[in-house]
Amino acid sequence: MLDKTYIKVALVGNPNTGKTSLFNQLTGLNQKVGNYPGITVDKKEGACHLSENFEAKIIDLPGTYSINPTSADEQIVFKTLVDDTSPDYPDVVVVVAEVENLKRNLFLFTQIKDIEIPTVLVINMADQLQSKGIKIDVASLETALKTKVILVSARKKTGIEDLKEVLFNYKELNKEAVAAISTKIDGQFFIRIRETFPNFPTYKSWLLITQNYQLDFIDSSLQKKFDFFKEKKEKIKKFQHKEAIYRYQIINQILKETYVIDRVKGSDLRGKLDRVLTHKIFGYVIFAFILLIIFQSVFTWASIPMDWIDSGFAQLANFTRTHLPVGKYTDLLVEGVISGIGGIVIFVPQIAILFLFVALLEETGYMSRVVFIMDKIMRKYGMSGKSVIPLISGTACAIPAVMSARNIESWRERLITILVVPFTTCSARIPVYAIIIALIIPDQTYLGIFNLQGLTLLALYVLGFGAALLSAILLHKVLKIKNTSFFIIELPNYKVPSVKNISITVLEKTKAFIFGAGKIILAISIILWFLASYGGKDFNNAEEHIKKQTASIDLSISELNQKIATYQLEHSYIGKLGKVIEPAIEPLGYDWKIGIALISSFAAREVFVGTLATIYSVADDGESTATIKQRMHDELNPLTGEKRFNFASGMSLLLFYAFAMQCMGTLAIVKRETNSWKWPILQLVGMTGLAYIIALISFQILK
Amino acid sequence: MNIAQLEIGERGIICEIALDKIPLKLLEMGCLPGKTVELLQKAPLNDPLYIRVNGSHLAIRVETANQIAVTKI
Repeated sequence: MLDKTYIKVALVGNPNTGKTSLFNQLTGLNQKVGNYPGITVDKKEGACHLSENFEAKIIDLPGTYSINPTSADEQIVFKTLVDDTSPDYPDVVVVVAEVENLKRNLFLFTQIKDIEIPTVLVINMADQLQSKGIKIDVASLETALKTKVILVSARKKTGIEDLKEVLFNYKELNKEAVAAISTKIDGQFFIRIRETFPNFPTYKSWLLITQNYQLDFIDSSLQKKFDFFKEKKEKIKKFQHKEAIYRYQIINQILKETYVIDRVKGSDLRGKLDRVLTHKIFGYVIFAFILLIIFQSVFTWASIPMDWIDSGFAQLANFTRTHLPVGKYTDLLVEGVISGIGGIVIFVPQIAILFLFVALLEETGYMSRVVFIMDKIMRKYGMSGKSVIPLISGTACAIPAVMSARNIESWRERLITILVVPFTTCSARIPVYAIIIALIIPDQTYLGIFNLQGLTLLALYVLGFGAALLSAILLHKVLKIKNTSFFIIELPNYKVPSVKNISITVLEKTKAFIFGAGKIILAISIILWFLASYGGKDFNNAEEHIKKQTASIDLSISELNQKIATYQLEHSYIGKLGKVIEPAIEPLGYDWKIGIALISSFAAREVFVGTLATIYSVADDGESTATIKQRMHDELNPLTGEKRFNFASGMSLLLFYAFAMQCMGTLAIVKRETNSWKWPILQLVGMTGLAYIIALISFQILK
Repeated sequence: MNIAQLEIGERGIICEIALDKIPLKLLEMGCLPGKTVELLQKAPLNDPLYIRVNGSHLAIRVETANQIAVTKI
């Protein structure tokens, strides 16, 4: 048997060229999303069989217009292509272009080709050549670009086999540079570069000189030489401008002989749609309407599968309990593991629906129109039009939302966006809101449509957005960061979304949520179970103690067990913890049991309900079928004899959860995205402090 | 005059760019002296601007557009 050959292929291209469609065609579902070490940029990889014993590992790099990075995403492209010591360094680069804007796509192509790495050009959307009146002379283009050019339609699945064949024969590819830019820019300067770094392609050395960040794959003696060149900042900037101008001259020359476009054939559907979708009034009306549909479906559609999941897990827990022997391990499995996993899966419908809408809006090209009409408004809050996407995504989960702020060019605008996104009402708050609203707000409908509980939930959403915008204004005033703001966004052509692309995106993102955030939630429910099931001497002597105490009273067995369990919970580790913080939260209307739930939900908000379920089910006799809601309803304040969850304490809890920063996952992501502990700590202290004060005021007024 | 002073639907040829005041990215997208630029639309509050240049449909802010001088055609 022959040994299998593996090669690495990097897909590079402008955004909106259908690069991801091509990636999906080459790899099918045979792909995985990982992370680049140290940063949170998604790294998409997949396998593609070229022959029986020849396989290509395809790496889908983030979309970029140039190899000179302006954002964290684009730095990945740069690093992957210049660092030949990295395990991801490709054997072949496939530059994905599209028929209509070949000129701009070739800019990136010529840059990469000049690094002297085997590079092929894929011209995607070839099925539209005729309808757009475009003719491409592929043979001449191949000669001019010194490489293979493949016409592909990722959607119609044409040309994919041709591309595979080229990859299979990758050794035959020409490695020569295509644009000898150095002599045109400044001969002398580039000769010095070439002589200083004889082992590097000249253009690669030039790129390394222009970049400001640490190049850890280059040894220190070479570093020093690079630093010497880097000092000439003015000159570098001027030369970069010259490079852009000169590259386009070469490209225009090449395309003049190989590319013909008949302008008359182009349709103006785009123009018409643009006029409506970015209209002064209709633009906003349409956007508001779409938002309404999104939120409506997140609540109504998602509630159906969520009910199934809820009852499914309840049945599973019952089944496990009845079929396994009674004991600690069964308890752990039912109360820790099963309820923990249930607590994660319950969010999947909402998150998947939200991701579905975001993916649809992005695929169709509508999202960039929203960015366009919202930019001026968002700038008043120190943010960018591009901040709209994170703020919408934030209603599903702050973690992907913080990551999606990455394409905001200005650091200041990006930072403000990241800092305020956690105020938006993420789906983790919904179960907390839902249960408390059900307890304290009457289920009444006015005028046929206005349900009081629904209105309360809506008010909490508005409150979340309001808090985000107000704190943005505050940060905008306070933050002393020099604003080198610039803003460029391409408004791509409208497209009918591809079912395959959309479903893969939703699947990948949902999976990432389940395994990312889910791990934390599961771990916490298990830890909680342990903390609630152990507690040292007092805990272990509970039975003895209660029996002694109640020796004179005649109690039924179940009453006795109830008393023991309650005593145990109070003396478990988590009970002790709750008691410690009780003095601090009493002014907010909470007791030590709610205190336990608060502590555990500092890791993730949704744990609140699960914790209360654990606390109350640990405290009941195990036979009771009362739902958690009923249990909370019946819970009394032993001092006053009033209900524990009344209007005052309920409102105080709602407000606390609206503002508090209770998500370790988000804090971790903010740390990675801002590369500093300063900002996540500011969020934790600022948001939670605000939450405490507002909850305190509301309880003291309402009680 | 500069791009921001064009009316919707008007076209101009870029004659000068304040290179140190606009991002390299814009040049790399093909917004260069000698190119024709068309103002397609303005956002509802007259900023950003929606332009076509070098075959690309781009939105840029007025502050950037002010740095790109054009001759109307």
